[in-house]
Amino acid sequence: MTEKNVVQTIHDTLWEAMKSDDRVLVLGEDVGARGGVFRATAGFLDEFGEARVIDTPLAESGIVGVAIGMAMHGLRPVAEIQFADFIHPAFDQLVSEAARIRYRSDGDWGCPMVVRAPWGGGVHGALYHSQSIEAFYGHVPGLKVVLPSTPYDVKGILLSALEDPDPVLFLEHKKTYRLIKGDVPEGHYTVPIGKADVKRDGDDLTVIAYGLMMHLCLEAANRLEEEEGISAEVVDVRTIAPLDKETILDSVRKTGKAMVVYEDNRTYGAGAEISATIAEELMFDLDGPIVRIGGPDVPGMPFSTPLEHFFMPDAEKIYERMKELAKF
Amino acid sequence: MATRTKEEAASRYRELGLAEQDLLDMYRTMITARLCDEAQFRLNRQGKAPFVVPVSGHEGCQIGSAWPYRKGTDVFVPYYRDMGICLVAGMTPRDVFLAVFGKRDDPSSGGRQMPAHWSSRRLGILTGSSPIATQIPHAAGVAYAIKYRGEDAVVGCWFGDGATSEGDWHEGLNFSGVHKLPVVWYCENNKYAISVPLSKQMAVKDVAMRAQAYGFEGVVVQGNDVLGCYEASKNAIDKARHGGGPTLIEMKTYRFHPHTSDDDDRTYRSREEVEEAKRNDSLIVFGEYLKEVGVIDDQGIAAMRDELKAMIDTEVDAAWAASDPEPESALLHVFADVGPTDQADSTGTQQDATGNERLETIGGEATPSEAPSA
Repeated sequence: MTEKNVVQTIHDTLWEAMKSDDRVLVLGEDVGARGGVFRATAGFLDEFGEARVIDTPLAESGIVGVAIGMAMHGLRPVAEIQFADFIHPAFDQLVSEAARIRYRSDGDWGCPMVVRAPWGGGVHGALYHSQSIEAFYGHVPGLKVVLPSTPYDVKGILLSALEDPDPVLFLEHKKTYRLIKGDVPEGHYTVPIGKADVKRDGDDLTVIAYGLMMHLCLEAANRLEEEEGISAEVVDVRTIAPLDKETILDSVRKTGKAMVVYEDNRTYGAGAEISATIAEELMFDLDGPIVRIGGPDVPGMPFSTPLEHFFMPDAEKIYERMKELAKF
Repeated sequence: MATRTKEEAASRYRELGLAEQDLLDMYRTMITARLCDEAQFRLNRQGKAPFVVPVSGHEGCQIGSAWPYRKGTDVFVPYYRDMGICLVAGMTPRDVFLAVFGKRDDPSSGGRQMPAHWSSRRLGILTGSSPIATQIPHAAGVAYAIKYRGEDAVVGCWFGDGATSEGDWHEGLNFSGVHKLPVVWYCENNKYAISVPLSKQMAVKDVAMRAQAYGFEGVVVQGNDVLGCYEASKNAIDKARHGGGPTLIEMKTYRFHPHTSDDDDRTYRSREEVEEAKRNDSLIVFGEYLKEVGVIDDQGIAAMRDELKAMIDTEVDAAWAASDPEPESALLHVFADVGPTDQADSTGTQQDATGNERLETIGGEATPSEAPSA
């Protein structure tokens, strides 16, 4: 067991995967000599060589499209999109192609590949280095969308993604890269895709979140217990698609109150689907309104510190709303 | 035609390494494509086929360019007009009409996709979609995997002239040039992207000129010259197979019918233009050549057509009578239904000592499925 941060965990997990399986290769912008702009593939070029660590032309649709071809011919490509904000040119390749290859060929072809992309705000990334993209892709059957938020889950879900026969969009909250540390076991283990996880047990209300927001919710929940004696359960969604409704509903059934927190624009965000699921299934178990906290409906997260703070839900805001809901 | 002797004319196919039987087989495949096309349009007009994509006019360049590939090892990445490519790759008229009628045993998609969205893992035909040029990066990716795995295979990728305007086209060709991949790019330039003429599609005379931007050779051939297409393709395939990298082959052709059964080409091109193109039909040109070199005569051609026509009629009836998909099967195959280990066993793959997969069949991962009807 070693304590590692998120990006080191990604680095080490990919490294081990490439050591043990020569079908695995990485491709993307600056993944070679530079080792990735976040250093997720630092040292890979020297260890694994140019054929397996491909500095691609600057063309996101091509990166994903080429990875699809590789996947259809026996390889296990891991494509890196430098920032999730730049994945939009590859929308067609992900939605029209990767997601539909198995379905449209009646199960004849598959597309086992992983697309990694750093997402999320709070790093002065402004409109084009802060975006949340999970809802765009969570809407598409045929794609698996995961966003683990702890080093333990990052390793286990990344190894699951590499072994998955279908395309997985692996989202890494870039603010967690160096902020969040945790124990990571040595050796091979997997955490299943499609399973949420109760990160904190509680009885009075359920808070459902993912990515950086999950950590802010844990912080707020701990404070709520200390200051108010209110016990909040925190569910880490971990996989947006396919969504683990069971874990979410079990928790809300127990506490009777639900709050969903996400930093994406509030309207049509992943939290909307989670809220709708709870509303549909648990109408008579609820002791209060479902609370939904999301970013404002503006076209992007602004750069300037006060503007960015205004956009991002923070532990203080989350704490206040949790207290309010608990006392409802 | 200049007065050349039969022997002089025959030297052309002999120098290409072809035998008389090859010529007859190629011609037979061309006629099969044409007759399938006529039949599917007839079915469309009868209300039995909701939507069809015609091939007529493209047979020469398709059969010529696809013929040199090694079935079973090479990989075909066609677009929707490529019935001829897929017949060469091993699809049958039965397969064509199972797709036309959206039947369960349609090998391309089990009735899920529109007709002409070809696919067969068994035959090495990559599944395709309707958005234009999205298959170009896939072909580059397959070619990269072939090179990486040290396989002796080549990828052929076909597309129309409109595709060359797409970003994916540029991104795929560029990647193939950077990595000198074993892939051959074929533009079936029929002068129109639905209604948009070449003059509004590009400011260059030949699509092939664009190859220069990617660091490999561009070649122009006449699409109605079957042997010319065969020759250009064979040279490019040989080059690709021996590490020489990609080639872009532009085959100047023409489509005789509207873009699809839902199009009306009278709104954008003259009947005179279409009639002129039909006079240069590859079926006529190649038929004349076959007669000139003495491998068939008019009677033989008529007999071949009659035989193929009867066969296709039978196949249409069989496809029409075939089973429809079960409605609830619409929910299947969103994701693989089996785990990776089971899947590896079911696709003929083997684990070696390091746990790495060695593929015994063409292509990537797949769930078990019945072999398409042969």
